[in-house]
Amino acid sequence: MKAPKTVRGNQARLDRNVQNEIGRNLRAMYNDVVEQGVPDRFAELVAKLDPSSTPSKPTRKE
Amino acid sequence: MTLDTGTRDAILATVPSLRAFAVSLCGNLDRADDLVQETLTRALANIDSFRPGTNMAAWLFTILRNQFRSEYRKRRREVEDADGTHAQSLQAPPEQFARVEFDELRQALAKLPEDQREALVLVGASGFSYEEAANICGCAVGTIKSRVNRARTHLAQLMSLGDEDFARRGVAESGS
Repeated sequence: MKAPKTVRGNQARLDRNVQNEIGRNLRAMYNDVVEQGVPDRFAELVAKLDPSSTPSKPTRKE
Repeated sequence: MTLDTGTRDAILATVPSLRAFAVSLCGNLDRADDLVQETLTRALANIDSFRPGTNMAAWLFTILRNQFRSEYRKRRREVEDADGTHAQSLQAPPEQFARVEFDELRQALAKLPEDQREALVLVGASGFSYEEAANICGCAVGTIKSRVNRARTHLAQLMSLGDEDFARRGVAESGS
């Protein structure tokens, strides 16, 4: 009566390994993009749309 | 509208993961960057509706996700009769980030139903809790949990990882 238990145990281990591997790949793919940081176009966009950085009103005394 | 330094820094700090989420959703870096651009423009125009002290990342991810949803639906209507070109564009990775090691995963992700794909990425890669992911997707926590589970099962099947060779490799790797 040991065999079926072992089979089930192997299956559970297999499933865990599969899921660990998928999780690892998914995070690696994701972090590959995260590590590229903030592209200039987005840094400029945020700065441009930030009203405190527009010259329309003085933000500090000269 | 006002944009204090703290808010601006919080937005910029979220941009890298926002891009990664966008790439995961649309499978294409150019489209992902357009999506991020639209998201930031929209977020900055509506910055007054952001409640200080709440989660900036979750707020921006919600905007991007909704933006992607409405665009995706529009595009699908537009190309419905155009011999599956949309399905192709979802699955063909552009040159600039065609890291071969991720090709299989990228293609398998593209075949997942959209609900499952976004849930899996939010929880499994972005690091949001089930509760945060449920808020971003506008659904119940239980729904997110079942989508993530189905996505994992589905991906394992698509990537045919459920074989003995893989199991041995996985054991060998995790032991090293």
